[in-house]
Amino acid sequence: MRRSKKLFAAICCASLISVVAMTAQAKTLIYCSEGSPEGFNPALYTSGTTFDASSRPVFNRLVEFERGTTTTVPALAESWEISDDGLTYTFHLRKGVKFHTTKNFTPTKDFNADDVVFTFKRQQDKEHPYHKISGGQYEYFNSMSMPDLLKDIVKVDENTVQMLLNKPNAPMIANLAMDFASIQSAEYGDAMLKAGTPEKVDLEPVGTGPFQLVAYQKDAVIRYKAHPDYWAGKAAIDTLIYAITPDNSVRYQKLKAGECQVMPYPNPADLKAMKADKDINLMEKEGLNVGYLAYNTLMPPFDKPEVRKALNMAINKQAILDAVFQGAGKVAKNPIPPTIWSYNDTVQDDAYNPEAAKKMLADAGVKDLQTKIWAMPVQRPYNPNARRMAELIQADWAAVGVKAEIVSYEWGEYLKRSKDKERDGAVLLGWTGDNGDPDNFLAVLLGCDGVGSANRANWCYQPFEDLIQKAKTVSDPAERTKLYEQAQIVFKEQAPWATIAHSIVFEPVSQKVIDYRIDPFGGHIFYGVDLKE
Amino acid sequence: MLRFILKKIGVLLPTFFGVTVVAFIFIRMLPGDPVMLMAGERGMSDERHAELMQQFGFDRPIIVQYGSYMADLVRGDLGTSIITKKPVLEEFLTLFPATIELSLFAIIIAVLVGLPAGIIAAVKRGSFFDHTVMTAALTGYSMPIFWWGLLLIILFSGILGWTPVSGRINLLYYFEPVTGFMLIDSLLSGQEGAFRSALSHLILPSVVLSTIPLAVIARQTRSAMLEVLGEDYVRTARAKGLGPGRVIGLHALRNALIPVVTVIGLQVGVLFAGAILTETIFSWPGIGKWMVDSIFRRDYPSVQGGLLMIAAIVMLVNLVVDLLYGLINPQIRHNS
Repeated sequence: MRRSKKLFAAICCASLISVVAMTAQAKTLIYCSEGSPEGFNPALYTSGTTFDASSRPVFNRLVEFERGTTTTVPALAESWEISDDGLTYTFHLRKGVKFHTTKNFTPTKDFNADDVVFTFKRQQDKEHPYHKISGGQYEYFNSMSMPDLLKDIVKVDENTVQMLLNKPNAPMIANLAMDFASIQSAEYGDAMLKAGTPEKVDLEPVGTGPFQLVAYQKDAVIRYKAHPDYWAGKAAIDTLIYAITPDNSVRYQKLKAGECQVMPYPNPADLKAMKADKDINLMEKEGLNVGYLAYNTLMPPFDKPEVRKALNMAINKQAILDAVFQGAGKVAKNPIPPTIWSYNDTVQDDAYNPEAAKKMLADAGVKDLQTKIWAMPVQRPYNPNARRMAELIQADWAAVGVKAEIVSYEWGEYLKRSKDKERDGAVLLGWTGDNGDPDNFLAVLLGCDGVGSANRANWCYQPFEDLIQKAKTVSDPAERTKLYEQAQIVFKEQAPWATIAHSIVFEPVSQKVIDYRIDPFGGHIFYGVDLKE
Repeated sequence: MLRFILKKIGVLLPTFFGVTVVAFIFIRMLPGDPVMLMAGERGMSDERHAELMQQFGFDRPIIVQYGSYMADLVRGDLGTSIITKKPVLEEFLTLFPATIELSLFAIIIAVLVGLPAGIIAAVKRGSFFDHTVMTAALTGYSMPIFWWGLLLIILFSGILGWTPVSGRINLLYYFEPVTGFMLIDSLLSGQEGAFRSALSHLILPSVVLSTIPLAVIARQTRSAMLEVLGEDYVRTARAKGLGPGRVIGLHALRNALIPVVTVIGLQVGVLFAGAILTETIFSWPGIGKWMVDSIFRRDYPSVQGGLLMIAAIVMLVNLVVDLLYGLINPQIRHNS
């Protein structure tokens, strides 16, 4: 009897010790995020802040970008085949993938083809019961031309789906790795519809991702816990907390005080101190972006390539890099950043040469040219101070006899007016890549379809258009690379933009953080990250 | 007294109606439209733009939009945020307790420090204390909140490590909000150290937010006291041999309080304005930060609803202040 009591006491002690040890070992990573998400369904929104809080921790996609790279790798689809005509994509789905169990929902089945069909049909089919829920605006789905591309998506069997396209589109796989393509649970959708609360699907997400949402308090905190049955293995971090901290200087103070371990978007003025701080690891990576000055190629004299080229040669880009980017940037010569495949490094940039520029303008018959430079009213990674940049370009152009007036408008108004085909002057703008495919830069920003819209140069040049359209339909990566390399040569000859800079992204993280990687798409991903004991 | 209250409410109703018009028109007068802002650099086709404007109802004539807004308002519906798709009233009520908690603490600090400082400065007019208080008040009044807040964070959180940098509580504490007031919720949670953590998080933002009201209250108290201290009845009270405590506390202060109470009432508006910056710096999840975000995103329903609620609260507080006059000085009640 005494022996069994002793045994019982020993078991109790051991259990207690193991519980205490487990509690002590529970790892919590706090990320000082910059703002509140708009919601938790990435298909409904377009901001990186929302994706950081939803698609990246909570959901998976059929294919994903390998962490820290732009390479697509299998995720919820283990493999896929593309038909010879490029119109049918057959995806073989991963088996045994579990959805999160939450207080509202306990899944009874694993991820399967129904979930994929549910996810895309909701966005595509206007008659789908979920299409209009939560406003029903699927702007990424729309802007990636998915309504035109996607003919249908059909379930072949429990673990196979087919996507049928209206026309071949080589970047499709990269598109499917984007946030809007995050796979939702059809079973959860049905359950919430039956309960009369379909909007909960978008507010209390259920995904297959490495973390599941525990609680969200607007403008304060988002809490996640590691998904215990995550298909790729449970995350090393047990609890992930987003401490919403809008001011970048305050984020830095919190990082220094140990109140968080990772922070995005540091204040450039703090970078020097961060570098000197032995407790902080200031990580940096070339951004997947380009900042440019787009001429209106429909308006004379900017319809002449030689005039555009001359103006490009009058701009001292290095001076802009020094003054505006303060070392956090790299001169751009191509319309795509060097981190994207098919970047053509053999292209020669227009060298800064005011004298030659002056002569070229005179040869083109341009005298006493007066124009406008449009300066964005907001700060962006590809252009941290558009006003200052405009002033420097204004001074450079004045040196070659071109008088430029700087104009600016409220951001929404700026975006609207700068699309105008009869716009007067050159527009400062930029782009951050969505999917790491050159098409996402070249076709969106310089294709004929974008004239009067995202193509701020209103440049529709058939030899260039032929190259990028062909590259869309070819599935062989080597051939696509050649086509895009050629397109960059044509771009440089025609100079619809002055390519200004690619920024460098900085992310300070605590030295306690292990294996954090900067996401080239600007996201913040914590699966695969660990903390030192 | 009832007539007095009814008369005051009668004045407030047209003011409230005026605020609905101003709130509605003001946000629409700002350049840029919400749909374009949503699209960003990516842009969208004119057809898609028109479709979304129609979906939100922004394509209708402004008078029709206002009519439908008022019809919803009468039913107690402030609309739905076009960004988060949540009811505006729900968002407001979720965030409002944080602002109230912060503002209450700020006004308590402002009154507890500003009132005695003003009284002592008046009584010791021309002294070193008087000059110090008035210089400090002027400095406090002129100081940009953003700069002041950051300075305090760097000093007390960064260098000295006495206070947390920002937020409402150490995030390692976790409990479901019950009242929305962190001090109360942390007590209710029963978690050891939670209340102390919540209180320590409240100190710096309250001090920053109280700076301007404190300066105004101190200056107003001083000048009101100086005026009253020169009155005949104060001299009479002194001549009767009353002690300085009774003369100042009983005779002078009660009369000097009327303009001071007015100023305290007016500080409610100042607090809401100050909360916008204070909440941003200290990552305080209140309505100030929410309003700024809504304005930047041209979230019309949230801006309209938020402005209306804030205006209603400011008007209500001023009504209470008007009623307080009657208590402090019955002459005002009788005259009106």
